[in-house]
Amino acid sequence: MSAKIFGSGIRRREDPRLVTGSATYTDDITLPGMVYAAMLRSPHAHARIRSIDTAAAAAAPGVLAVYTGADTAEALAPVPTAWLLPDSDLQVADYPAIARDTVRYVGDIVAVVVAESRYQAYDAVDLVAVDYEPLPAVVDPELASRPGAPQIHDGIAGNQALHWTVAGGDVEAAFASADVVVEERIVQQRLIPNAMETRSAVARFTRASGELTLWNTTQNPHIARFICSAVTGVPEDRLRVIAPEVGGGFGSKIAVYPADFVTVFCAMRLGRPVKWTETRSENYQATTHGRDHVQQVELAATRDGRITGLRCSVWAGLGAYLSTAAPGIPTILHGLMLSGVYDIPAVKEDVYGIYTNATPVEAYRGAGRPEATFMLERLVDRLAGELGLDPAEVRRRNLIPRFEDGHPVVTGLTYDSGDYPAALEKLLAHAGYDRLRAEQAAARERGRHLGIGLATYVEICGLGPSQVAGAIGFQGGLWESAIVRFHPSGKVHVFIGASPHGQGEETTFAQIVASEVGVSPDDVKVFHGDTDNTPMGWGTYGSRTTAVGGAALALTARKIKEKAKIVAAHLLEAAVEDMDYEDGNFFVKGSPDRGKTIQDIALMANVSWNMPEGVESGLEASTFYDPPNFTFPFGAHLAVVEVHPETGQVDLLRYVALDDCGPQINPVIVAGQVHGGVVQGIGQALWEEAVYDESGQLVSGTMLDYALPRADRLPEIEVLSTVTPSPHHPIGVKGVGEAGTIASTVTVYNAVMDALRPFRVGAVTMPLTPERVWRAIQEAQGG
Amino acid sequence: MVKVPVAVRVNGRLYEREVEPRLLLVHFLRDLDGLTGTKVGCDTSQCGSCTVLLDGMTVKSCTCLAVQADGAAITTIEGLAAENGALHPLQEAFWNQHGLQCGFCTPGMIFAAHEILRTSPDPSDEEIRHGLEGNLCRCTGYQNIVRSVRAAADAMQEGEG
Ligand code: FES
Ligand code: FES
Repeated sequence: MSAKIFGSGIRRREDPRLVTGSATYTDDITLPGMVYAAMLRSPHAHARIRSIDTAAAAAAPGVLAVYTGADTAEALAPVPTAWLLPDSDLQVADYPAIARDTVRYVGDIVAVVVAESRYQAYDAVDLVAVDYEPLPAVVDPELASRPGAPQIHDGIAGNQALHWTVAGGDVEAAFASADVVVEERIVQQRLIPNAMETRSAVARFTRASGELTLWNTTQNPHIARFICSAVTGVPEDRLRVIAPEVGGGFGSKIAVYPADFVTVFCAMRLGRPVKWTETRSENYQATTHGRDHVQQVELAATRDGRITGLRCSVWAGLGAYLSTAAPGIPTILHGLMLSGVYDIPAVKEDVYGIYTNATPVEAYRGAGRPEATFMLERLVDRLAGELGLDPAEVRRRNLIPRFEDGHPVVTGLTYDSGDYPAALEKLLAHAGYDRLRAEQAAARERGRHLGIGLATYVEICGLGPSQVAGAIGFQGGLWESAIVRFHPSGKVHVFIGASPHGQGEETTFAQIVASEVGVSPDDVKVFHGDTDNTPMGWGTYGSRTTAVGGAALALTARKIKEKAKIVAAHLLEAAVEDMDYEDGNFFVKGSPDRGKTIQDIALMANVSWNMPEGVESGLEASTFYDPPNFTFPFGAHLAVVEVHPETGQVDLLRYVALDDCGPQINPVIVAGQVHGGVVQGIGQALWEEAVYDESGQLVSGTMLDYALPRADRLPEIEVLSTVTPSPHHPIGVKGVGEAGTIASTVTVYNAVMDALRPFRVGAVTMPLTPERVWRAIQEAQGG
Repeated sequence: MVKVPVAVRVNGRLYEREVEPRLLLVHFLRDLDGLTGTKVGCDTSQCGSCTVLLDGMTVKSCTCLAVQADGAAITTIEGLAAENGALHPLQEAFWNQHGLQCGFCTPGMIFAAHEILRTSPDPSDEEIRHGLEGNLCRCTGYQNIVRSVRAAADAMQEGEG
């Protein structure tokens, strides 16, 4: 079985509860005596609070309490950021859970109302009267960094939260001696993550014991406990965070939010359990956004298309306050990946992290890497256009050749393993690239505008060695842990510190155990998400759960196997060296039919009647796994579009994704991750944008106004893979959660620009809506 | 606020309650007997997470008041499987085809699929995609949802034939 179970697309163990409505998400929890909180949020992007009158709200039916920043100022410490990026002149602005004198974005919390019912709480929120003095606001990060821009935080000049630089090689010389230089100004528009479950928290405080339980829609309950303890003062040993079923995250459930602390505060003050669940419109204002870069990029190359240098400046909007991981996203997770899959001898990037009067920005699927991949792959296409070369050919000329055990790149990283040329060639062959180009040419003859877009990528995953985490200012470790416990009947409980929320690790982790020690995956139950019954772990983001937590688990299962071998040898009166193992059977070499099964051994170890000398009872093991390096999944994507110049409409005709995430534990789940990721990236290219007006109002403030991908606008995605194991990982896996998103935005963008080549359109700002495409064509035609 | 009586049959059981006239059906359902399988994903009737069957037709239960459901029979996700627990072919198909990840959109998706198959028992992929237009999923990119609906159509036709 072991050989078959690893790599098998078995059905998910999570699904029966999910398809029957028996799963419990945070908002599904009701506790005896529970009351409901609703937040009053600022309608202004920037304003001074002159006064707040809570009397009418407090007197409304069912209302238990109304609290403002004056009430929480003492009780709640400022909301911290957990990434204190060194060498960046980081300016951390004061971030109160409830605003005190000034509000800095539409959505900043001004007051909270707690009432007996949800409807009563919302009714009363409308009765809180706030007198605001509006102040000038700024939402564009580049404008916010200019002299004379509205000042968002006292003492933070130029609204600059950080200035970080990465450089390698002699970039000045590369540009001075370049045959060709291409450049582009790129706007990575703000996106709203839109996990289908909005954020929610339920807090219960037991005064007699001082114990607090917080049910929370989080991707990282252990980090949530750590931070919640620091902000609320509840000691970590009395604080239990439970991430029940979590309805998607995509980065937006990494942060620990003001509203979580406020919910805890209310529960502690009132001595009643309190539930808060945001509405979708509230989610759009209050839950973190992604991307928001203005990028100025230049690429230097030789006449034959060899890239010699990359130079760029990035203005990254961080929103009004620094969210939990915000400082590391446009810097470490972006700048270190500048050179991508190519051998580029010189790079330099300046990143300016800028405060703006907008919702805080956090990781959003891909987190920094899609923004890096976009710059590079866009410029490579520009270079191809400039030199009159085929985009595939320019890529071929620059790819790092195959390597199996470490390749240092110009930004200082050492990629683990890769075969980029093989990935590109397999993609092109499957897609029938040459034929596509011929079809495109033929279509142009007939007045149809097809475009073919390509992108290659490599991403940094499996975050990461904790020593590196410390060096880059991440205020935590980045290891993962696992406990494997065999019960007497041979059934297995696995406890992990990471916290999947849709990625299917209850299944794939059961497959890891099954393939290592020969039990059925149906006999393995995986526990996660409760800080009281799982070992510490740093959470599920950055495609790290399988890459790091899976390693911890595989090593733990191997410890179990070693112990089982010793017990089996003892029971069979043989020497350990003479033992052999196959598919859950431990036997003396040559006599497989007289072996002991893992179930036999689990029983004997648990009853412990006859254990070998010096071996402990039970069959249980644990591992804390700190990876020696990151993992570097990679791939190549291709899209075919048709653009209708009369309307600007873009039809996505075909999408092919090739992703190499190492060996696949469950290829069906891997493909599912790719589908979802690709579609999110397509969404950025074609439809999605958090639109603010000049005064800082979120214009795309409801699901009605924000264009999410829908089923009828998408082609079937063709999913391919190659398999290049990570040399340093116990089972070679690299991670796949973000892969699809990293390449797909620029792949689609390149396809559209390829279709527009006859019109000589320079650049179009995303999303590529019909209006924008049409206008760009008109402008390029001088019309 | 004045309350009015409603009598609604949910998953075969009659519930008689006094409700505020403004109470949304979705909140009424979620507060009944722990029937929290029906989800709320938005406040502008875009996401479809709240979709249920009302007298055999799908309805987004956030667009409907509890009082409007007075006298109606409703099926929520908890009532879709057979009494003995055997999954409905749609539930089975979503499971088999990996038609869900976080599962939040799934109850609504299953009912959207139910409606597609009610009106077109042997739909093309295009029809399926069109029929899913009113339901949002952020995890799956819809691809395996389309496959799930296709597989359920096949299973249900086989079941009849
Ligand atoms: S909750 Fe009903 S459509 Fe979104
Ligand atoms: S499975 Fe998560 S939203 Fe559809």
